[in-house]
Amino acid sequence: MAIASAGLSKSLRRRWRFSEKLIESFILLNGLLAIIVLLGVLFLLLREGLPAFAYTSPWQFFFGTRWYPVSEPPTFGILSFFMATLWVTLIATAIAVPLGVGCAAYLAEVAPASVRETVKPIVELLAGIPSIVMGLIGLLLLSPLVQGLFNLNTGLCGLTAAIMLAMMSLPIIVTVSEDALRAVPKEFREASYALGATQWETVWHVCLPGALSGIAAAIMLGVGRAIGETMTVLMVAGGALAVPYAPTQPMMPMTAAIASGIGNAVRGGPQYQALFAIALLLFLMTFAVNLVADRVLERQKRKFAR
Amino acid sequence: MAALTISRRELTQRTAFSLLVLATAIVTVPVLFIIIYIVVNGAGALSWEFLTQAPSQAGKAGGIFPAIVGTFYLMLGTLIFSLPVGVLAGIYLTEYARANWLTRLINMAILNLAGVPSIVYGLFGLGLFVLAMKFGMSLLAASLTLACQALAMTITTSREAVIAVPREYREGSLAIGTTKWQTIRHVILPQALPGVITGTILAMSRAAGETAPILVVGAAFILPGLPTSPFDQFMALPYHLYTAAAHVPGMSKVTIWGIALVLLVVVLSFNSLAVFIRIRVRQRRFGS
Repeated sequence: MAIASAGLSKSLRRRWRFSEKLIESFILLNGLLAIIVLLGVLFLLLREGLPAFAYTSPWQFFFGTRWYPVSEPPTFGILSFFMATLWVTLIATAIAVPLGVGCAAYLAEVAPASVRETVKPIVELLAGIPSIVMGLIGLLLLSPLVQGLFNLNTGLCGLTAAIMLAMMSLPIIVTVSEDALRAVPKEFREASYALGATQWETVWHVCLPGALSGIAAAIMLGVGRAIGETMTVLMVAGGALAVPYAPTQPMMPMTAAIASGIGNAVRGGPQYQALFAIALLLFLMTFAVNLVADRVLERQKRKFAR
Repeated sequence: MAALTISRRELTQRTAFSLLVLATAIVTVPVLFIIIYIVVNGAGALSWEFLTQAPSQAGKAGGIFPAIVGTFYLMLGTLIFSLPVGVLAGIYLTEYARANWLTRLINMAILNLAGVPSIVYGLFGLGLFVLAMKFGMSLLAASLTLACQALAMTITTSREAVIAVPREYREGSLAIGTTKWQTIRHVILPQALPGVITGTILAMSRAAGETAPILVVGAAFILPGLPTSPFDQFMALPYHLYTAAAHVPGMSKVTIWGIALVLLVVVLSFNSLAVFIRIRVRQRRFGS
């Protein structure tokens, strides 16, 4: 380096060094941007959301069943929103997990290459369909089906939303589970075959247990998707304000409550703040789910690392 | 007896594998059905008029031109805000960051950003860009919000692109006496660029399809004219579709599926473009 730049003038080298420092700090700033945005989101939600607790006690907020944002004085109880989120997320996960893990096991262990090359792009295609289009499918195609099948007053209910959410969380469950299954060392399978196990016995007793933490992480990421999905539940879940006792009732998950309320809320007013408080809760829930999923995934990676 | 046990194990295997095939079919067939259904039912709405005219009668007649233009502007805005950030953050994480607590923290932040619900980004954009920074309900606020939402993906993709540049290139460049930045600028960046662009295209595709954030920060259903500055409100395909499907009584199904088809074509063609570039980059690297 010294030899090569010996021919360059001193001032040029000094200018290089100065611009180098300037550029480096600018690059560092961009590197830190992910942290800045994440903290920014948290800070903003706290700043706009916490004042809501001046009107409502946390107990009333979390366990109250009445959401009357414009009555005098307003009441903000989000239990029905929370229960709705719980219903659709649980059912969506119950549908998506066996399908997603089954599909991943098929792709990773059984399917011939040609089938895999066809199925994988379709799964990626599913991941690329905008949530508004999935909402439309739920609204116009699935909800009449659900209504007829379960003999309901309306097909716009938690169950319909949950089925659409299940579809939308499938791509991440399939992709992450398949990666986890592929990470199980080949020797494990060979040892299993050498002991006389069939291919299915190997998948069931060796591959799936070996990939279990990766699959668990995949499921958690899917749950995170389902909790945070907005447009589909806004269009399809029915939007009723009562606490839902059955999945076939119309309901309003937390994301839908925010999306449908924010347009009418007076900026900086009590309702606006209460909606930010819901968003804060959503943020913390998805944050926790993702953090745990990451930890579990790290453990899976270390397990077979050589 | 032995033959019987074997056949029972064989039977279990066959049953199990059929269930796996069934699961795969249940995952994939609806996707194909959805795509085909939208193409078949939406194609009837497509016409030159539909694509080039403004809507009239609350969207029931006329076309969706302003929504297409609005979505195009949103994608452009997302491109402008995500490309430089993606490039520089990717470079920081591969060329400058050491394996320490700060880097772990950045990686954790990237991971969690990816999981933040879209409506939460909407409220973030409303609080920060629309109100605190006083951009108003505008294209600018919406583009910034969408770029923030895509940040995790932009950074991850561009980091992968920079990592993939062979070590020898760096060493060769440094050996002839260039500074670190000169190496990055003239050697690493040109090599990593196609990969970085992949991330940006994916961000644009997502910006085109997102509804929840723009619902909060400035999309309008019907506007008298096209936006003329970044501070104007705008129409956009996904929001137009949402309002037409959920809030306009008596909207014709053909028009609704037509809007969905246009949106799907925009989003999926950008997705495929990203995949295409990724494949080309890999081929070139392994080919040389």
